[in-house]
Amino acid sequence: MIPLENVRIALQGVGSNRMRSGLTILGILIGVASVIILVAVGNGSSIAIQSRIQSLGTNLLQVQSQPVFFRAGGQTATLTQSTNLTAADVHALEQHDLNPDVAAVAPVLTASVTATWDGNSYSPSQFLGTTPPYRRIAGYRLAHGQFFSSAQLHSHARVVVVGQTVVSSLFGGQSPVGQSVQLNGATFQVIGVLAAKGTSGATNQDDVMMAPLTAVEDAITGYQASYSRIDVEAASPSRETAAEYEVATTLDTTHHIASLASGNLQILNQASLISTSTAQTFTTLLAAVAAISLLVGGIGVMNIMLVTVTERTHEIGIRKAVGARRRDLLGQFLVEAVLLAAIGGVVGVGVGLLGSHFQIVGVTPVVAPYSVALALVVSVAVGLFFGLYPASRAAGLQPIDALRHE
Amino acid sequence: MAAGTPVIVTRQLTKTYAGAGVAVAALRGISLTVERGEYLAVMGASGSGKSTLAHILGCLDLPTGGRYLLDGVDVRGLGEDQLARIRNRKIGFVFQSFNLLAHATAIENVELPLIYQGVARAERRHRALAALRSVGGERWRDHRPNQLSGGTIQKVALARAIVTDPALLLADEPTGNLDSASSDDVLASFARLNAAGRTIVMITHEADVAARARRLVRIRDGRVVEDRPISSERPVAAAVAAAPPAGARDQPQPLGQPA
Repeated sequence: MIPLENVRIALQGVGSNRMRSGLTILGILIGVASVIILVAVGNGSSIAIQSRIQSLGTNLLQVQSQPVFFRAGGQTATLTQSTNLTAADVHALEQHDLNPDVAAVAPVLTASVTATWDGNSYSPSQFLGTTPPYRRIAGYRLAHGQFFSSAQLHSHARVVVVGQTVVSSLFGGQSPVGQSVQLNGATFQVIGVLAAKGTSGATNQDDVMMAPLTAVEDAITGYQASYSRIDVEAASPSRETAAEYEVATTLDTTHHIASLASGNLQILNQASLISTSTAQTFTTLLAAVAAISLLVGGIGVMNIMLVTVTERTHEIGIRKAVGARRRDLLGQFLVEAVLLAAIGGVVGVGVGLLGSHFQIVGVTPVVAPYSVALALVVSVAVGLFFGLYPASRAAGLQPIDALRHE
Repeated sequence: MAAGTPVIVTRQLTKTYAGAGVAVAALRGISLTVERGEYLAVMGASGSGKSTLAHILGCLDLPTGGRYLLDGVDVRGLGEDQLARIRNRKIGFVFQSFNLLAHATAIENVELPLIYQGVARAERRHRALAALRSVGGERWRDHRPNQLSGGTIQKVALARAIVTDPALLLADEPTGNLDSASSDDVLASFARLNAAGRTIVMITHEADVAARARRLVRIRDGRVVEDRPISSERPVAAAVAAAPPAGARDQPQPLGQPA
């Protein structure tokens, strides 16, 4: 029999068995569409979170001193802080003529404190001693009160600004502005409450307390030879690369060595902050979502195909009884399965793309192109396999055995 | 094949079903010869093995032992494709349960065997229509089985069975699902086809149905217990006796019936 005849029989089969064809197409359609939509939702939340990270501080660069391990003559490894970040560095970076693309600079000293108020005590995950530009660099807004001023920095004022998590955990939700709080035993006055900022990766940005750098050195850490890091704001996102280059050049000059090249200092920009923390988590999450969706879609397709096997087997018996050869039957099913899988796949992509236009549980889905290809390939392969395999087994039966399937 | 070759020759045909631990013998050595143009009724109670015989004669199932020559061709040792070809060209099968494709129209069902012969579309349609006409069913051509009565469905199935002009028309309880009026109608079609020279083997458990044939073979417990001609006073049978059975297949219009 000529192959064209196979196509004709298959078309006739698809057209006349509307229920079966419809269910098969539906199975593949749901498989493809669900993968596309689920991955799009995952992708959408990933992008939403990344944009929240962007809001953490626009155009942020962080200069960090790298702990360097070195081995001396086969001795045990020694940890050394080889390059200190000092006030001289901050001063050099603030020279606007040398660093035209740098908008603001803030040294950051981190410490671990226990805060006590009215018998409650609480340890925020971040406690920073810094300078007033830090608020703008890190992208914080104030809910109540105010941030500490340059005057307060210079006068070593013992004042502190707290995040929302601290407000709820330590102060029972009431505005603590004006209250006095003990930080590792030293008394600080709360002068401001930060507006909620949300979570960045694993970091709760609202679980934070900030105080003037000078007061922190006086009361908590003692005088430090090196800051924990220096945060730098580029003048605009497009100037971030230029700013990064200027920061590198300036620091190399102040330290008289190629500290960056030697790896003693490290500049993290927005992209590297995101990619190091969040992106990897989300890549894993997305892969899991895609795998589960494919499994669900595949099982759906498989069920529909298996349900129609009984009906199919009887039809195979009839066709064999009137003289269809195995290859005639296989040709017919192949064309049928390809046709149904193609229709289901294409419509499924359409439904998936359409469904991705709606907000789903508060997330705006963003279609990932790879998910479309993946969904098509897997669903169509499953559809083909479960369309062909049972049918080819039935085609190998004696006609009378196939006919007995009612 | 020579005109004188018997349509069916079986020698010691056996069939054993391997059950759960027990082998059940359905046929215990059937030897049978059916000449061209005969109208044979195989009768037996339920469980006698007559359906098994029908399936083997129709090449829908394979015998466990013995020989089966269909139109001079030994069926044993044929491959799957060759068996399909034999089912397609030499046998027309009419089932008790009709076995039409439920979603296809009458004409599409009748065309089905021709598709697997590779007959071109236009000729297929032409021959299918001729076959439907010969059973008086041209007006049902575009109806699906579920729109037709049992008797008419069986006539469509009969048209499908003869559309390829097979050497053997094999019917397994063709009236088993029909009321008596429809049965008469279908049996009249069989008689007309036999009168036109077609070789028919009909399996039945009803004596009055078997009486419409010209030769009776009775089966019990997988063996032939009786084989005799039926002397009939019916006018159709008388007309058949006058027709030359062997030459009938060589007529230019094999599907046509004597007007």
